[in-house]
Amino acid sequence: MRISVYVALAALCLSPLPALAQSAKPTDPQIAHIAYTAGQLDIDAAKQALKKSKNKEVRAFADDMVKDHSAVNKQALALLTKLKVKPEDNPTSQALTKQAAAKRAELAKLSGKAFDKAYVDNEVAFHKTVNNALETQLIPSASNAELKSLLQTGLKIFQGHEQHAEHVDAELK
Amino acid sequence: MQPGRIVFIAAALCGVVCAVPARADTIKVEIKNLVNTPATVNAKVGDTIVWTNKDVLQHTATATDKTFDVLLPPGKTGSTVVTKAGTFDYFCKFHPNMKGKVIVTP
Repeated sequence: MRISVYVALAALCLSPLPALAQSAKPTDPQIAHIAYTAGQLDIDAAKQALKKSKNKEVRAFADDMVKDHSAVNKQALALLTKLKVKPEDNPTSQALTKQAAAKRAELAKLSGKAFDKAYVDNEVAFHKTVNNALETQLIPSASNAELKSLLQTGLKIFQGHEQHAEHVDAELK
Repeated sequence: MQPGRIVFIAAALCGVVCAVPARADTIKVEIKNLVNTPATVNAKVGDTIVWTNKDVLQHTATATDKTFDVLLPPGKTGSTVVTKAGTFDYFCKFHPNMKGKVIVTP
């Protein structure tokens, strides 16, 4: 039962970013909003983990997620201010937010090792989804060179997070 | 022990001591946008490796065999003195896709 829930959730997370797949190329204000939202959602997930988990590795990972995503989003906001780009809400950001809220509610019911495993599994899946979107959709669509460059650095950071999450996941087994 | 022999030992000891380089070097590595530059550095035993982290993120330089584990807060430096010869691959604990190598000769 538990396994089927994980599989279903993993499938949900690994599906392409909703709405983006069908819609036309996203604009810079939309791309900025999606990237910022993804970072903020990962911070929220990490905060939940810091409240619930007692595992040292999991807590260290969550702590790093809060620090890294806060630092990246701060840089992103500074750049957007400089470029006078106002992030624009869009269906992809909304769907991501909705998915993350459902995931948080799901995780809220778990505790101990079950929570740790579900949180870290979702971190692997979430970063995979966002990295895939950055690589195949957001970076190629970005028209401003500075925004593109920030997204490229972001991709490297998040690929690091994906590997870090995989390491923590391996430790939990 | 005969005096001649003591002189011989002293001379031999001096030979060992004097063979050690007079000054250890400092070798610098810069981290920017999750890249260690240079990615590979050559050092001698006794040298100091200094990493300067120019990112807004916390990094580490962690040897895969745990020989060293240097925490590098954003905008700060961190260092380690290499005490044994060998090739040490290292990575960042927080971003394991960041890699580097320190080659230490005696």
